[in-house]
Amino acid sequence: MNLYLRRRVVNRVGLTLSILATLFGLFWLVWLLWTLFGNGLRWIRPSLFFESTPPPGANGGLANAIVGSVILTIAGVGIGAPAGILAGTYLAEFGRASRLGAIVRFVNDILLSAPSIIIGVFIYGLIVLRVGHFSGWAGAVALALIVLPVVVRTTENMMRLVPDSLREAAAALGAPSWKVTIVIVYRSARPGILTGVLLGMARISGETAPLLFTALNNQFWSTDMSRPFPNLPAVIFQFAMSPYEDWQHLAWAGALLITVTILVINIAARMLLKKRGKA
Amino acid sequence: MESPGQFSTGNQPPEPASSKVPLHAAAGIPAKKAAPVATPKVEIRGLSFFYGKYKALHDIDMDIHDRQITAFIGPSGCGKSTLLRTLNRIYELYPGQRAAGKIMIGGRNLLERADDVNLLRAKVGMVFQKPTPFPMSVQDNISFGVQLYERLSRPDLEVRVQWALEKAALWNEVKDKLRQDGTALSGGQQQRLCIARAVAVKPDILLLDEPASALDPLSTQKIEQLITELKKDYTIAIVTHNMQQAARVSDYTAFMYLGRLVEFGDTKKLFTKPAQQQTEEYITGRFG
Amino acid sequence: MSSAGAATQARENEPPESFGPSSAGARSLSPGDRFFRRLTQGFAILVLLSVVGILVTLLSGSWPALKTFGLGFLASKEWNPVTGQFGALAPLYGTVITSVIALLVGVPVSFGIALVITELAPRWLKRPIGVAVELLAAIPSIIYGMWGLFVFAPVFAAHLQPWLTEHVGSWPILGLLFEGPPMGIGMLTAGLILAIMIIPFMAAVMRDVFETVPASLRESAYALGCTTWEVVWRVILPYTRVGVIGGIMLGLGRALGETMAVTFVIGNAHDIHLSLFMAGNTISSTLANEFTEAVTPLYTSSLLALGLVLFVLTLIVLVAARLLLMKMRAREGERT
Repeated sequence: MNLYLRRRVVNRVGLTLSILATLFGLFWLVWLLWTLFGNGLRWIRPSLFFESTPPPGANGGLANAIVGSVILTIAGVGIGAPAGILAGTYLAEFGRASRLGAIVRFVNDILLSAPSIIIGVFIYGLIVLRVGHFSGWAGAVALALIVLPVVVRTTENMMRLVPDSLREAAAALGAPSWKVTIVIVYRSARPGILTGVLLGMARISGETAPLLFTALNNQFWSTDMSRPFPNLPAVIFQFAMSPYEDWQHLAWAGALLITVTILVINIAARMLLKKRGKA
Repeated sequence: MESPGQFSTGNQPPEPASSKVPLHAAAGIPAKKAAPVATPKVEIRGLSFFYGKYKALHDIDMDIHDRQITAFIGPSGCGKSTLLRTLNRIYELYPGQRAAGKIMIGGRNLLERADDVNLLRAKVGMVFQKPTPFPMSVQDNISFGVQLYERLSRPDLEVRVQWALEKAALWNEVKDKLRQDGTALSGGQQQRLCIARAVAVKPDILLLDEPASALDPLSTQKIEQLITELKKDYTIAIVTHNMQQAARVSDYTAFMYLGRLVEFGDTKKLFTKPAQQQTEEYITGRFG
Repeated sequence: MSSAGAATQARENEPPESFGPSSAGARSLSPGDRFFRRLTQGFAILVLLSVVGILVTLLSGSWPALKTFGLGFLASKEWNPVTGQFGALAPLYGTVITSVIALLVGVPVSFGIALVITELAPRWLKRPIGVAVELLAAIPSIIYGMWGLFVFAPVFAAHLQPWLTEHVGSWPILGLLFEGPPMGIGMLTAGLILAIMIIPFMAAVMRDVFETVPASLRESAYALGCTTWEVVWRVILPYTRVGVIGGIMLGLGRALGETMAVTFVIGNAHDIHLSLFMAGNTISSTLANEFTEAVTPLYTSSLLALGLVLFVLTLIVLVAARLLLMKMRAREGERT
């Protein structure tokens, strides 16, 4: 009986600690979102979207940074996603058992977990140093390199979920294999691949580290991708670390904007995948 | 063959094996109502098959007769599906799988690499165990295969779709849902859609790999009726694990065991007076 | 893992030697097929080349610094742009210490969360908890950093730090870790913020590997009269040990390379202090702060050398993690 009691107590304590751990984890999410809304919501006003970043003490908004971030994100996804889909296609359709496939799969994992600041350093050496100055394009390429492994992996996984019987059925009609892939396999895996692209997009829309040495920042309105390019994360970094209160307010507003955007993209991606589960 | 010409608007006579690539030109098409005294359509000679080093088929010799239904029976793993999969070289999708020997159609060995495998597959349709509707509308499911090798105007294409769906006894059920997703149909309907898809390309031969094993009894019955209907126009090879099904629908039956062809002959004879002991044991349920 | 996955897809009445569809034998490829295959292969190779490119860039860029300082670069804590003396020890120390703190806090919590999701939570609650944890993982690191600086650090300085100094500060040895003024920012804060960031990540991996335990195994343990805790501790954990360690390593890899969150709260000082309350530095925060300000070639090269150290460090951790997870998947394949 003593032993039994001891076992029960251990069980109780262990499970209680686990529940506390979960509450602990959720507690941060709630606290973080709470303060984010508390500090950010006040400063979300129309001028935020129509005026460019001000010098300290002046009025202004985040318009240039917001537009810059949107452009950078779209460019990053635009470059990274197609490349990732094609590379993922190779892994799923041609490289399943090949040595190259195994190597690329492994290397892709490395790229997926490489610190993003290292990606920034790489693009700095690859593009910025050669061209001689920071540029929006360098930032876009750095972001693309972060999207790439995410999309490669989800594309491969999602295409592998398409049953081989479907490929056989199309091949049995006399379809060449590229057509089987593009018309049949892509179509079946589309929601999954799209989810991967969205998750990649969510990831880069808040990335800061790889932009610090590539796109840098630009406190003025600019859509010239060959020059230093305004972007929200860099502005938040600069403004939050500054001693000026009005800059800090803008940083909070920007932080809220980014977080809400990312959460929305994430939830959209999840719903996309769930819808597929039903069909 | 009752001609489906009533749907044809002129430039597109929908008889099977009409236009297209004269791959097996020598395989003359016998008169429609010819008595079922079979002339061989496919001659299999010394066919062996390998999964890597594993030999799955041993020196198969047999004929698949024109406009007849040939059933392949035998216990799981006996090689019946493998044999079927050599007839359209679908096994080539997988590295490490290869066939040796001859499969002659119209005087040509289809195993020879020189033949374009995609053209071969357009002439040899296949339906799989599990329904494989493509993730697109019913109509697109059928046009997909047709448009691979023929350029048809929109009305002609619609005629062909209807023709194929009628062939597969599905038209009445789906004529109002042509734009719906093929994957939304019921299991039995999906399988008939796949048959329609295979028929729409107008192949000479239809390969059916346990086409009813994933279906309920009612759908199975429909598929069996359909197969008997299709016999008028197509040479059919069907793999089944269901002996009653083989007895019901086929004209010829091949019993396979451990990668070898044990007995091949007239279905009625094979099921009533099997020549081989093994065949008898299998059909009477003593093993397998 | 690839061949194991493909092999299970082999149709049932075939020997399992078939692989997934590759191209048709090269001889019968049509020009269209060949082009498409080449195209996708090209992009697969691009993935390979980017990682090679990262290595080459870091190696060639850090070459001047490594030539000047040799292996001593790793052992020197000197970091003086004016005299041109650079050593990696301080940021390396900070990187390792903050990551260790993150693991010490993060691993037990992640384990608890994974356990709750897989074993304890009622069905309707599993998904919401899972989603909440995943959302926590989606929040960008700059938000964590900013929040850490403005919200967490003041609370930490006002309440937790004095408490720690008062209660643990007087202990022998361990007390040394909690000495100094409660400034809110420093190594400990950075480690804690890192912990919060890697918890959802590790919890997700642990949940996934816990779910690979066959239901029959779980059930037979319960049938013997095991308590939930015993099932987890004696059956699930031993079964998934390799995978759990792999997940922890992945979390460690993230913590090592995390930049923005740390840069906000670590204090950015090139010092090595025993006390965790003191400001410090990590490799990534040094890069973030100084890279654009580096004026001499040797300075830039030293920063790149830091980057190389970080990349190699994460590479080792990641490769170890992948090997473990792969081993686990292979074993799982054997059992099915």
